[in-house]
Amino acid sequence: MAEPAVELVGVTKRFGDEVVAVDDVTLTVEDGEFFSLLGPSGCGKTTTLRMIAGFEFPTQGSIRIHGAEMGLKPPNERPVNTVFQSYALFPHMTVFDNVAFGLQMRGVERSEMESRVRRVLDQVQLSRRADAKPRQLSGGMQQRVALARALVNEPEVLLLDEPLGALDLKLRQNMQYELKDLQTRVGITFVYVTHDQEEALTMSDRIGVMNEGRLLQVGDSRDIYENPRTRFVADFIGDINLVPATYAGPGSARLSNGAEVGIENGNPASGPLTLALRPERLILHAPGDPVPEGRNRLPARIARRTYFGDVYYYDVDAGLEQPLEVKEENRPDLAVYEVGDEVVVSWHPEAANLVTD
Amino acid sequence: MVKTLRRPTAGDVPVTPELEAAAARARSRRGFTLSLPAYAYLILFFAVPLVLVLVYSFASRSSTGRTLLQEWNLDSYRRLFSPLVGEITVRSFVLATVTTLIALVVSYPFAYYIATRSAQVRNILLVLVMIPFWSNFLVRTYAWRVILGSDGFVTQISQAFGGEEVRVLFTNTAVLIGLVYGFMPFMVLPLYAAIERLDWGLVEAARDLYANGWTAFRRVTLPLSMPGVVAGSILVFIPALGAYVTPAILGGGRATLLGDYIVSQFLTARNWPFGSALSMAVMAVMLVATILYFRAGAKTL
Repeated sequence: MAEPAVELVGVTKRFGDEVVAVDDVTLTVEDGEFFSLLGPSGCGKTTTLRMIAGFEFPTQGSIRIHGAEMGLKPPNERPVNTVFQSYALFPHMTVFDNVAFGLQMRGVERSEMESRVRRVLDQVQLSRRADAKPRQLSGGMQQRVALARALVNEPEVLLLDEPLGALDLKLRQNMQYELKDLQTRVGITFVYVTHDQEEALTMSDRIGVMNEGRLLQVGDSRDIYENPRTRFVADFIGDINLVPATYAGPGSARLSNGAEVGIENGNPASGPLTLALRPERLILHAPGDPVPEGRNRLPARIARRTYFGDVYYYDVDAGLEQPLEVKEENRPDLAVYEVGDEVVVSWHPEAANLVTD
Repeated sequence: MVKTLRRPTAGDVPVTPELEAAAARARSRRGFTLSLPAYAYLILFFAVPLVLVLVYSFASRSSTGRTLLQEWNLDSYRRLFSPLVGEITVRSFVLATVTTLIALVVSYPFAYYIATRSAQVRNILLVLVMIPFWSNFLVRTYAWRVILGSDGFVTQISQAFGGEEVRVLFTNTAVLIGLVYGFMPFMVLPLYAAIERLDWGLVEAARDLYANGWTAFRRVTLPLSMPGVVAGSILVFIPALGAYVTPAILGGGRATLLGDYIVSQFLTARNWPFGSALSMAVMAVMLVATILYFRAGAKTL
């Protein structure tokens, strides 16, 4: 299918007069893509998902699935299925009946229905629990039933609303791999809502970061992590140093201590700017040591050192508003600095992003 | 040895299984003491009269109609199988069943409506449901006489549309109206409680899985609110089966029901053994019916 799986055009959702849950979101999800909507709670990601599913209708804008306008179509007339955060398994039905529900509703013939349910239960390794009631299953198993119940319908798009949120850490990490594998295997378009950046980064083909109802940036994991375009995106994903800066001509920015640094990423126009620096992209040098050509450098002093086993975190004072956080691997060939040591912090201009607020 | 006034705490004495068992015994004793008044009340005013009724049901009558606590026999129970008792029982069961069904059909949408309102509206509606309890049941039933009487409200409406006088009072319909009216709150409240507890995410899930609104209701909402349906039906069926006041006031004593029949055995016919046997039989049937109903209700969940 050449048509994109999901298209949102200027979608706005207001609740009452005051609350704008989703603000003019335009978004295209390609066929077969694993697309994540990432943002803090209340950012509008779940409302966006619910509008695609048909549980809410946009106040303005248009939603198309494989080119077909959804308009005011109720959920049962849309070619999508949802995996709910709380799973929403029918407590009065067995696992088998839960999974069979969608096929029954669409009038799939009994023998075909049974074989399809068996097959998908096999896929999620729950064939032996087909006659159990949901409450007799562990959280991880319930999660897989919810997945099977949606997948058995072979929807054009599978919507997942924080499906791993209720699982404990270990299980969640396992399920991340399983989900990604599954998606690659079945080739169904996934739209995945999460507030967990790690989930989004590890599983997604592309990520859309949302905040306060707006879609701030769309890109693949590397793009989102390494080239954030706004302060929010930079701050929300991973550890980062955010240094106030001003525009100082093309490819150059001035920091509050007066230092001028080279910039390769970001298109500052005006207004308050922020230099975003990942701690792992900063390197510490002893004062006399050579710093490779082309790198930005700032003289600094070690203010604090924290030992994490595999890495050291240094807080270094470079005369800025806040100390810079530097992450250095714990390797025998790298020097370990003491609190109070004079050092030079350096980074490649490419590693820094000048972002707007 | 010095006696301490403190109660022993952990650390004073090593905790042994014996000590733990003693503590558990003390706790259960305390619980029993607290429930003693309730036990005493129930034994005195419920269990003892029940045993008396049971004893009387095996008693015999003198030729003058006095109850003799001797010559114990099963005559009263044999009489339960007479055609008259059968007729009255069937009539009462039909009436109670129809009352329960109508109350259920009327109450379910209303309970659903209440349960899906905002918290404030919900509270107001619940108070409205309970307002009738503020006035006496007898008074309220007499009010229906006024409404259903031959020059009452119903007739007036009928005549306003050019119709005739409507005779509802002293018919089975009047009894049915009175029963449904009187017991409806007992249906609404458990239904409301069950529907209000419902996880609406499940209904969304059903809609997501291609069920239309009606099917989602039939396959998800209704089965999950069955505990409310069961509880409400029992709460309406049982008093409707033994109803005495409503049939007496609105039925005009034309068609005898179990309630009036039992009362008449004690008051008019002065046949206490038979009245007692009837009471025991009704109670036994209701007990069995309730157990079966609960079992069935539990199975749907």
